[in-house]
Amino acid sequence: MKKILIVDDEPNIVMALEYTFKKSNYEVFIARDGQEALDILKTNFPDVIILDIMMPMVDGFATLEQIRSDANLQHTKVMFLSAKNKESDIEKGLALGADAYMTKPFSIKKVVEKVEELLS
Amino acid sequence: MNSAILLLILLGYLGILFFIAHWAEKKENIKWTNNSYIYSLSLAVFCTAWTYYGSIGVAANSGLGYLPIYIGPIIIIPAWIIILKKIIRISRVNKISSIADFISLRYGNSRFLGAIVTVVCLAGILPYIALQLKAISETFHIVTQTNTSSYIFDDTTTYVAIALALFASYYGTRYVDASEKRKGIVTAVALESVLKLVFFLIVGVYVTFFVFDGYDDIYAKASLLENFKEKNTIGGLEQGLNWFFLSMVSLFAIFLLPRQFQMSVVENNRERHIKTAIWLFPLYLLLFNIFVYPIAWGGNVLFDGKNVNADTYSLLIPQLFDNKILTVLVFLGGFSAAISMIVVSSISLSTMLSNNLLIPYTFLGKLKNEEQIINNKKIVNIRKIGIFSLIIAAYFIYRFFALDYSLVSIGLISFVIIAQLAPAFFGAIFWRRGSRLGAIYGILIGFIICIYTLLLPYAIGLTNDESSFVTEGFMKINLLKPFQLFGLDYLQPVPHTFFWSMLFNTLTYFAVSVSFKGNYRERNYAEMYVDIDKYSTNHENAFVWKGTAYTRDIEKVLIRFLGEERTKRAMNIFNLKYNVDKDQELADARLVKFAENLLTGHIGTASARILISSVVKEEKITLPEVLKILEESKENITINKKLTETSNQLQKITFELQKANETLVRKDVQKDEFLDTVTHELRTPITAIRAASEILHDDDEIPEELRKQFLQNIISESDRLNRLIDKILDLEKFETGKQTIHPSEKNLIATIEHSIEPLKQLIKNRNISVYVESKDTVLAYYDEDRIIQVVTNLLSNAIKFCPETDGLITIQVKKKDNFIETSVQDNGKGINPNDFDVIFDKFYQASNQNFKKPVGSGLGLAICKQIIEHHKGRIWVQPSVKGACIVFTLPIKNIEN
Repeated sequence: MKKILIVDDEPNIVMALEYTFKKSNYEVFIARDGQEALDILKTNFPDVIILDIMMPMVDGFATLEQIRSDANLQHTKVMFLSAKNKESDIEKGLALGADAYMTKPFSIKKVVEKVEELLS
Repeated sequence: MNSAILLLILLGYLGILFFIAHWAEKKENIKWTNNSYIYSLSLAVFCTAWTYYGSIGVAANSGLGYLPIYIGPIIIIPAWIIILKKIIRISRVNKISSIADFISLRYGNSRFLGAIVTVVCLAGILPYIALQLKAISETFHIVTQTNTSSYIFDDTTTYVAIALALFASYYGTRYVDASEKRKGIVTAVALESVLKLVFFLIVGVYVTFFVFDGYDDIYAKASLLENFKEKNTIGGLEQGLNWFFLSMVSLFAIFLLPRQFQMSVVENNRERHIKTAIWLFPLYLLLFNIFVYPIAWGGNVLFDGKNVNADTYSLLIPQLFDNKILTVLVFLGGFSAAISMIVVSSISLSTMLSNNLLIPYTFLGKLKNEEQIINNKKIVNIRKIGIFSLIIAAYFIYRFFALDYSLVSIGLISFVIIAQLAPAFFGAIFWRRGSRLGAIYGILIGFIICIYTLLLPYAIGLTNDESSFVTEGFMKINLLKPFQLFGLDYLQPVPHTFFWSMLFNTLTYFAVSVSFKGNYRERNYAEMYVDIDKYSTNHENAFVWKGTAYTRDIEKVLIRFLGEERTKRAMNIFNLKYNVDKDQELADARLVKFAENLLTGHIGTASARILISSVVKEEKITLPEVLKILEESKENITINKKLTETSNQLQKITFELQKANETLVRKDVQKDEFLDTVTHELRTPITAIRAASEILHDDDEIPEELRKQFLQNIISESDRLNRLIDKILDLEKFETGKQTIHPSEKNLIATIEHSIEPLKQLIKNRNISVYVESKDTVLAYYDEDRIIQVVTNLLSNAIKFCPETDGLITIQVKKKDNFIETSVQDNGKGINPNDFDVIFDKFYQASNQNFKKPVGSGLGLAICKQIIEHHKGRIWVQPSVKGACIVFTLPIKNIEN
């Protein structure tokens, strides 16, 4: 079973994503912010991470930097999912080592498609 | 030892000293000569042939009676550092070149006082120089085993005196500016101090350990002599008093002897050198003393019964044992001691003679109309002739007067005469009230008593042993017996003179100073001397003077002594320091003082003043005028301050304008950021709505519960979106001034309760306690709806931050001046002090680099702030130990009324 970590502080958005991926037979982990995510990543190694950017404490960019410096997560795919949709944000995200960047509001179908694409 | 050979040795020795002096004057050798050890050793010029020979004589004849001469200086050494520092500072600031300058300047730059001090110094020091020559002569004859010749030109001392006179007059006048340092002389003197100590110690060791078998041996043998016991006890009140007076007299000598003043003050380069002197000099004195006693009593043992001069034991003993080398060494040591005294004293005396007697009273006219180079040459020549004549005069005093008296008695007479300067001197630096008349009368009376009780009887005693003047007093009045003045008969002559002269001197000084206030000039200087630290940087400003003077005239005088170039440089420095226009025609008090200072080094303070006053028209100034001048200068200082303030303010305003500009630019950027953030915030609920809608649309098999859940999400997120839009619009209205509030007088407590009501369920769910601490009714002037908005917002935040258990929110309302202060305190994790200001910003962004997720919508506090400020109140974060505390104020009544 493929593992996915969803990092976002908006409970309603998380609920939608969690439901969708569970239905697609993923093992789903949830984190409300970057710190929680990093804690989970100490012992769990998901195949893909969906990462919000605007979060309290540690934001998405900082979290990605940590992830990319972790040897255990070298093969983990990371996708940014954020309402920040300026060119500069997308460039920065990709430059930091994200595999994909999708903007909010998103289409559920398209998110699933993208994730599948990253994992193939 | 052959006379000729000894003479050659002497010449060779003098040659070495010439060489050292010459070497030290070279610029590249300054780092060797400008150090604290040379300074401290040069102070040992205090130990002359009197110490070298005379102390042995005293020890041999009166036991421990030689000690007081050294006790005085050693006692004062700790206080010396404070007093000396002050003196050095005063002297440096005023370019003082002698003790006469020092004293006369303090008492209003009085020419007459300077002249009197010079005369006193001459009277005191010339005999002292004669004493040194006597010592040289006698010891020379002992070493060469010849007799003193009564024929002047046969006497080698004559030639020694001439050679010394030439050396001193050449090296002592190398610089016209008498306050410039004479490194050559200082180094030579330091070297001599070392040599004389070393030779003295060598002969001491020789006598104690080679001739005898140590201290015990000498003591044993000496105690067999008659008189041993009685000479070595310190007996009775009488002797005690004698001791006390002798210590006092030598204590004063350390400060007042012209050669000591010259070495310790005028030749001082760095104040911190004093720190070395403070231990090195007493150590030196101590070392000198170690062998005085053994040599004295060893000599007494060896020459018991023979009638020899105990002063010369240190020569006679090695000579007795045929130790030629040691004898010559001892002689050279004594010679060193003598000539350093002669050279230094004659230099300082000649400076005083030229600056305080000759130039002011006679030659000043001749210096008035000549060119700089000629003038300087004249001054140098006056000094050269002065030094030469002084040494020759001392020589004649020696030949005619000093032959019959012991070294010690002449030395003490000299000390007592010099001590007459003590009240005026110490008064100068410690007592503002000390006046010129007081100093003059005090010194005169003291000096007259010295003459009457000491000099006169001694001079008469040379010719007439049984003079009735001595035995019965002046005009046979018993109370006026010179050695028992007013019936005081248990003191020896010197302490006796010291007592009476100091008593009358000091009393007169005090009485006259207290009865007759000095003029403004004296008081000027009095201030400066006593408070030197206050004035040392700005001493020209402290000068009060009234009159007319033209800058050009003053410059002309300066050029006469400093030359064109130096004068120009000096004027530049002055103009820069006081911001004076160089084309300023009229000179002010500061320039007058400045010019006087510059000339002082060349011709002394008295003459400088006379010269300058000859080109300026000084007007009599009354006390009210002085005060007015001081007031004006204070005003000037105030005006200056105001000008500086204004220019500072201009600078500030410019700076603030710059800042305002930066703020505008920043705000522009912030506006863009705001739009960014708003759109981001709006998109978040839209995202949730869209996601939930998509799921419901595509998934037919979704369980009922989940379906309801997602629908609920859609509803709440829609509400959220709506609220957000409302808040944004609200905020915008406030910020652009389109918002109106409708205040009226209401009970704030009721409003607060009203705000808590809808949140009660939430509060209960979260296990939080809420307390309102206040009276039941507090009236304030506000718009109720808006304040409900504020309190609700603050409460919501507090609820969010309260801990999971035992959450506590306290609301306090109290009256403060014309406002009601309300505080909302929670016990959560609190707010970072760095963020106290920024949390009231929209979306709580510290800077656009920090992606801090706002709390709630991020707009609540911003809106609160707008509301409160529209009510003319204030809202802020109160630092608190635990949790966050937000405080806002509301007016009690309508402020507009």
